[in-house]
Amino acid sequence: MSTNLATLPAVSNPKAHKGMLRTIFGSMLRDPKSATGLTIFVIFILMAALAPLLAPYNPDAATFAQTQAPSAAHWLGTTAMGQDVFSQFLFGARTTLMVGIGAGLLSTILALLVGLTAGYRRGWLDSILNTISNVFLVMPGLALLIVIESLVKNASPLTNGLIIGLTGWAWGARVFRAQTMSLSNRDFIVAAKLSGASDIRIMITEIAPNMMSIIAANVMYASLGAILAESGLAFLGLENVQQISWGTMLYWASQGSATLTGAWWWFVPPGLGIALVGLSLVLMNFAIDQITNPRLRVEKRRKNRANTKPSRA
Amino acid sequence: MHYIVNRLIFFVLSLWAAVTINFALPRLMPGNPALAMFAKFQGQMQPQALKALELQFGFNNQPWYIQYFTYLRELVTGHWGLSFTYYPTPVTTVIHNSLPWTLGLVGVATVLSVFLGTALGIFISWRRGGFWDNILPPVTMFFQAVPYFWMALVLLFVFGFKLSWFPMAHGYGEGMPAGWNRPFLSSMLYHAVLPGITIFLGSFSGWMIGMRNNMIYTLGEDYVVFAEAKGVSPQRLMIMYAARNAILPQVTSFAIAIGNVVSGSILTEVVFSYPGIGNQLNTAVLNEDYPLIQAAFLIIAIAVLVANLVVDLLYTRLDPRVRTEGATA
Repeated sequence: MSTNLATLPAVSNPKAHKGMLRTIFGSMLRDPKSATGLTIFVIFILMAALAPLLAPYNPDAATFAQTQAPSAAHWLGTTAMGQDVFSQFLFGARTTLMVGIGAGLLSTILALLVGLTAGYRRGWLDSILNTISNVFLVMPGLALLIVIESLVKNASPLTNGLIIGLTGWAWGARVFRAQTMSLSNRDFIVAAKLSGASDIRIMITEIAPNMMSIIAANVMYASLGAILAESGLAFLGLENVQQISWGTMLYWASQGSATLTGAWWWFVPPGLGIALVGLSLVLMNFAIDQITNPRLRVEKRRKNRANTKPSRA
Repeated sequence: MHYIVNRLIFFVLSLWAAVTINFALPRLMPGNPALAMFAKFQGQMQPQALKALELQFGFNNQPWYIQYFTYLRELVTGHWGLSFTYYPTPVTTVIHNSLPWTLGLVGVATVLSVFLGTALGIFISWRRGGFWDNILPPVTMFFQAVPYFWMALVLLFVFGFKLSWFPMAHGYGEGMPAGWNRPFLSSMLYHAVLPGITIFLGSFSGWMIGMRNNMIYTLGEDYVVFAEAKGVSPQRLMIMYAARNAILPQVTSFAIAIGNVVSGSILTEVVFSYPGIGNQLNTAVLNEDYPLIQAAFLIIAIAVLVANLVVDLLYTRLDPRVRTEGATA
């Protein structure tokens, strides 16, 4: 399968990679969609970080009236066990975000290792690594995770994050490989080679910084995937259900038949949290997409013409 | 031909990988959890069934390569073991009964979302910056970020519980005799609406945005500009020139997309207690029914691999460069 090499970015000034991260942030703030995404993301990070200060109650304390609708005392009501949903939501954000972003980073690092090596070294090593990535890519991810979890009893969120990170690197590896292949014939790489730089040095200091934008995009997509995978596993009860995360909240809501007792305040917030964090990642990625694929940024050339009716019959 | 042979080799290789994962995982886990379950069932099972379990999970002390070949032999000859949940039903029977439900549900929802998503992607890229191009991507992106099982819960709550428009669980009316008759089929369709919508909404956005971005790229190509300059009609330009080429990268992203859909459908089936393979996998995990877990994983993997193979072969029809081996780019 040919990866769409054609859509890969043209690196205009290879030596300007110091400013790449700044470019990413700059264009995120300039693009309204991405700026919205960044704002939502920062709000959730703050909520998770400050959970112990913000939460009105102990999230584990089952001491309140059961299945209460939202009120002044309980902003998001209480569970069927009499826990405060809002406090659980805040603490759940911690686990879910930490596992999601941690697993996203882990799988991106693995993807970089595989992708850079395969794309730069080529030859038999490339064939082997590329085949392994392709096999991992077609394996149904969640089914594989469920099988692994069925053998690991009562996985902690940390274990889950590790398992998700270790199995989720294939797509990134493929993208990085294609990009490395296109970069490794550029003049500045050849120059680095001639100046006697080692392969590892070239990969780390010359190639990787020049694909910062796709690395950032991959971190976001991998984190989104990891958040969805972790919450899905937790929802099925495959994560230690005593640990509070958005996924385990949904597990308990489902066990407590929240949909049949009309307790929407119990299952809506965690899912909405996942969706909003996911949306923020997708929105931030808009700006990065426009860096990697400059044509998405070009003038709206077709709009005017599509509106003017052609004179031909 | 070279391309087709390559795809077939890859298919066999991934199939082998799935089988080997099944073989290796329980054996690699510290203390082989399948062993505990094995001990539990020892008194209740026929000696023959116990023997089969031994072969499947490697409780005898034979070297691993002997175990591996025995495992492969049993797999190929259709001896996939007995399910504990439905003891003494063979897992192959359980799979046989649940697979059509999943294939029907996921198949129809996927075909719809691919076609509608691609068509809308073409439309909004053509009217780039127009009303729909500004509205549809962010809205559908929200649905893409929503976890399938949560969307399922919400749909179930709103349309099943609150409004009672659709049934809240199962694949067909309770106590209905299964058969190819009108009442059963309509009950089946009726029960499939909410799970189907869940899967459709979850996967639709990816196709639309993907196609939109490919179209925008293609519309900037010189040959499109030239075609427009020489007076090709807009419809022809849109479909035959731009979309025809923009659709190719969509095909290559099918692999990852179908994997996501299948993952989503597992969770969706659990929420709706739909009688498909995903729900069966979940039941098996709850009951520590390892033979059924293995079989369900293998079948899901095979289904995804076959879908990929079919799409890869379709690709030869879509991209003449592959067919004529002129592919150099």
